[in-house]
Amino acid sequence: MINPLRSEEDAFRFTLIVAVLLAPIALVAVIWSTGAALAVAGGLVIGLLVGLFVLRREEPPPKADLRPRRRDGKHRILVVANETLSGRALHSEISGRPPGTETELRIVCPALNTKIKHWTNEEDEARADAQQRLEGLLASLRREGFDARGEIGDDDPVQAMEDALRLFPADEVMISTHPPGRSNWLEHDILERARERFDLPVTHVVVDLARERAAARSNIGASPT
Amino acid sequence: MESASIAHAAHAAHPPEAHQSSRVDSRLLGVLLFIISEAMLFGSFFTAYFFVRVVQGVDWPPEPFEFPVLIASMNTAILLVSSGTVHWALHSIKKGNRLGLQVGLVVTFLLGVMFLVTQVNEYFKAGFSIEDGAFASVFYGLTGLHGAHVFVGLTLLAIMNIRTARGHFSPESHMGVEAAGIYWHFVDIMWIIVWSTVYLL
Repeated sequence: MINPLRSEEDAFRFTLIVAVLLAPIALVAVIWSTGAALAVAGGLVIGLLVGLFVLRREEPPPKADLRPRRRDGKHRILVVANETLSGRALHSEISGRPPGTETELRIVCPALNTKIKHWTNEEDEARADAQQRLEGLLASLRREGFDARGEIGDDDPVQAMEDALRLFPADEVMISTHPPGRSNWLEHDILERARERFDLPVTHVVVDLARERAAARSNIGASPT
Repeated sequence: MESASIAHAAHAAHPPEAHQSSRVDSRLLGVLLFIISEAMLFGSFFTAYFFVRVVQGVDWPPEPFEFPVLIASMNTAILLVSSGTVHWALHSIKKGNRLGLQVGLVVTFLLGVMFLVTQVNEYFKAGFSIEDGAFASVFYGLTGLHGAHVFVGLTLLAIMNIRTARGHFSPESHMGVEAAGIYWHFVDIMWIIVWSTVYLL
């Protein structure tokens, strides 16, 4: 999540906006009356709300300014997943790519957190959980010969992708989610947002952990003892 | 489980690194939280103002008193310019221009002093004291609270001026000026709101 006031420059811009907005109110108050000034203030508030919530949504977000892709023969994939990191479907999708040094993987695991904990920077637990899942997948991929690295990202997955893509010149983005209806990320249009934000091919991998666990249990039950 | 506990211990010893683009630096977060608490303090004073003026329907200002709108407007201009100069100071040090930083901070400090002196002078010439009814209490309370914040801002600016004179700050390291600048802009915004509501409306 991006804080709108992250620097002195943002604060200065905000100061100017406040001054510009209050200037017509002040003028009307001096020239006419307090009532007219309050009417102008009300009009400005309505105008701002319309601008923020109606007009702004029609504008597509600007494309992220990313690190240019390298033309060295390697195919670089940025994989974004959290709870589905342990899913077999994701593992199969990655393993289906040609192994070896030709494919470089960067796994990003957003540290999912509550809003309250995010704003108070209380994210140790969320990061530790994400780290544990990430290490499991990385170890598995490395055993299969993949050049794989990973990191913990922002709790907003699109922001986490952007952070990672600033350093990793990916050729493709792979997003792993729970099935539709159970995925919070899909509920928040992660695929559409990623495609709007990044000028890269986006692959969606659906991981049904419940079905995979059920299948694993039935295999254990069916196997001879 | 072991890796989780290791990661947890490492984070407990050192806060997680600020991310490339999304995280707020912990020092900056402290400044922002402080400013949020200050905004709440102003909010309580504004509540008193609206209660007196809207709920109780007190004339603002009651006859025969008058607010020095022109002087207050000049003070507004002074503070707005000082926001520009502190921004210029920070912009200068980001580009390695130490002279720009020094001049910007000194000018900002002088403008702040000018504001405070003008306000104190206004108090002496106002023609009413804090004991002259609810309107006077609210007027002196709000403008006095803001004046106290200007004083705190001036103290920060004085420290930044001293540090700059001692050769502190560089294009890579200027958090002190950044934090003081954000605080100064906050003081400026609060004044614009005080000026609009108390003097103009």
